[in-house]
Amino acid sequence: MVTLRDLRPGERGRVTGYVSDRLPPRIFEMGLLPGTEVEVVRLAPLGDPIDLKVRGFHLSIRKHEAELIQVERL
Amino acid sequence: MSGSCHEPAVASRPPQAPAIVQRIALAGNPNVGKTTLFNLLTGLRQKVANYPGVTVERKSGRLVGHESIEVIDLPGTYSLNPRSIDERVAYEVLVGRMQGEPAPDVVVCVVDAANLERNLYLVTQIMDLGLPVVVALNMMDALAENGLELDVKGLAQRLGVPVVPMVARRGQGIDRLKEILLRGVPPPPAKRRWTLMPAVTSVVEDLARQLGEEVPDVPKQQRFFEALSALTSDTLLEVWKRQAPRFYQAVLKARQDLEARKVPYRQAEMIGRYGWLSPLVAEVLRRRPNAQERTLSDRIDAVLTHRIAGPLIFFGLLLLIFQAIFSWAVPFMDAIEAAVAWTGEQVRAVLPDGFLEDLIVDGAITGVGNVLVFLPQILLLFFFLGIMEDTGYMARTAFIMDRLMRRLGLSGASVVPLLSGYACAVPAIMAARTLDNERDRIITIMVTPLMSCSARLPVYTLFIAAFIPNIPVLGPLNAQGLAMFSLYLLGTTMAFVAAWVLKTFVFKGESAYFVMELPPYRAPQLKQILYRMIDRAKAFVTRAGKIIFSLSIVIWFLASFPRAELDPALVAQRQTLETWYAHARDSLEAAGASAAALAELEATYEARLAPIADAEAARQISQSFIGRLGHALEPMMRPLGFDWKITAGIISSFPAREVIVGTMATIYGVAHAGEDEIILRQVLRADPAFSPLVAVSLMVFYVFALQCMSTLAIARRELGTWKWPAVMWAYMFALAYLFSLLVYQGGRWLGLG
Repeated sequence: MVTLRDLRPGERGRVTGYVSDRLPPRIFEMGLLPGTEVEVVRLAPLGDPIDLKVRGFHLSIRKHEAELIQVERL
Repeated sequence: MSGSCHEPAVASRPPQAPAIVQRIALAGNPNVGKTTLFNLLTGLRQKVANYPGVTVERKSGRLVGHESIEVIDLPGTYSLNPRSIDERVAYEVLVGRMQGEPAPDVVVCVVDAANLERNLYLVTQIMDLGLPVVVALNMMDALAENGLELDVKGLAQRLGVPVVPMVARRGQGIDRLKEILLRGVPPPPAKRRWTLMPAVTSVVEDLARQLGEEVPDVPKQQRFFEALSALTSDTLLEVWKRQAPRFYQAVLKARQDLEARKVPYRQAEMIGRYGWLSPLVAEVLRRRPNAQERTLSDRIDAVLTHRIAGPLIFFGLLLLIFQAIFSWAVPFMDAIEAAVAWTGEQVRAVLPDGFLEDLIVDGAITGVGNVLVFLPQILLLFFFLGIMEDTGYMARTAFIMDRLMRRLGLSGASVVPLLSGYACAVPAIMAARTLDNERDRIITIMVTPLMSCSARLPVYTLFIAAFIPNIPVLGPLNAQGLAMFSLYLLGTTMAFVAAWVLKTFVFKGESAYFVMELPPYRAPQLKQILYRMIDRAKAFVTRAGKIIFSLSIVIWFLASFPRAELDPALVAQRQTLETWYAHARDSLEAAGASAAALAELEATYEARLAPIADAEAARQISQSFIGRLGHALEPMMRPLGFDWKITAGIISSFPAREVIVGTMATIYGVAHAGEDEIILRQVLRADPAFSPLVAVSLMVFYVFALQCMSTLAIARRELGTWKWPAVMWAYMFALAYLFSLLVYQGGRWLGLG
């Protein structure tokens, strides 16, 4: 199973589902929904959080949340 | 005016503005230029108040040229599901549930054209409320720069609401927007254009019907949205617990059913709305073939959040801000203090000696000074914060620092307020507003006053210079420098420990998350930053100022009353001196002496009067309430090594730490020495009650104790309750007492002091 955390900077993926429902609803409101394409742009200087490009804007989430989001590599 | 009891207008406004006949609310995501548009619509005659019971500001103004139309700037939100206070306020205003505030007649939804999909999410929610909506499609220039083209007409058609393309920062599109607003906006299409997954739709429709039966007040148009919100959000469901108990139970049961059937109902709304918006945006938005994949903003980010360059640039910037608040503000603060002192002298010259004069000069004017002296630091800090926020850099500082800060129970966004605390906790606490997570914001505010602020410096300086020997320790470092550094380190370490304790024990179980937009970089707009600086300064002066001012008068009263009995010896001395002076002056005048000779005589007189006045002042403070309190509390402070004089000094410096220096000078009868601290140091050293150990104990006390009513006042204002400021004061006092006790008793045990 691949999660958003496994993608390296520059890699793209498509959200397929969630590992847990403990995710904050804000993540869904920001549009990280099943079927959405997402690119990992970079990691913060200390390795966490990560900078994602989703629906044309940059969203930053922690790895702790990223590993709850399942993706398929594109 | 609406019937609400908002605080009085901060901005000036011609008296008796005409009655409001129409209300326009501005809604939109953060960072979309909403405030710019608001300023454009209302001019500068704005009113800032608080919504009842919460710390969210209610900004309103009248439409330029149409005084009977009120424009309200709602807080920036990503959605109407109230997960933060800002969202709750926006939601309650829009549905007309905010106390004393009818629902708006029209909503202008400000949208970033370059980030259409996510911005339209909120638009679809507002449309579901049935309110007339106009979309202000802002940042059309950024859209073009990113190589995108938008079919505005097609967008308006598909949404079913008017769409006005704009570049608010250049005023483009404003006339068209006003024209549409004045002509009247029709309600949005009654039929929802997005579809909810069928398994959830039927459930929500049932619930909406039940809600309508139980609470007919909810407008028909809003019932579906309300039922959906209650189903998906716990906070929204709570609203109905008492108001519609049957509906409440029905929602709980519906949730159980949906969960049993494994229907992802909590994401259903988002899936439905984005499911409509994604293809819609794809149809109206076209990427020009020559468009670059990486925007300018992306390229700037590659540097500013770079692994090595990113943190370096950030710390460089912090150093600059630090320097600005620490030293650039000083001349202005000195000037304010001088102006306040000058005003006091002028008033003294006019008023007759006595109670009223002292009340006005030492109480009121000093109180005003205590408030105003913070303005340079506040303005400077908010200038820098304004630039950081306006450009989008603020979000990057949180991104860079989050990992480090999270370990300590804070968030990346806490860094700037915390470090600002080294300069002054007051603007630092105000800066904590950028934290959108309530838990992180409270923790940040609670620990910020532990960062050694600039007001502690005079205290540290006095006692270090008086009691710590200037001997080399290691290389360029001497014992005095080391002592100063240790005090800063002690405070900072304790701030992190306190944050960790709060996170672990007080806010346990409340999960904090970090889901933050990194908005595109934009050139700062100086005008907007200036508005905001003035805004913050006004908020400080009007809200915190009242508390600081009144407490200053209270402390003055406690130090001046009861009036000390006159010491016959001192009275005699004073009388002798005055008689001599009157005599000498008369004879000089009779002899036709020069003005210089008269001035010389007066100087001699004043020099001789000073020690008498000092002795009287020392007697007064010793017998005042503060002096008596010092005596009364001495047994409690004795274990820390403090006698009644130090205790009185601590009490008198409750309004502001640095006051203790002046109080000690008064108590030791050397007040006339004024700025000349050397004399004060000598008398302190000469007092057997003082020793280096006592001095260290006292400095440690000042590292921790919250001796600053401005901090308490601003914390009260920012947190909307006295509870947290009270806890703040208590825990910091406990730390101060405990650590001073450890230092003094430990030192004695080791045979020091």
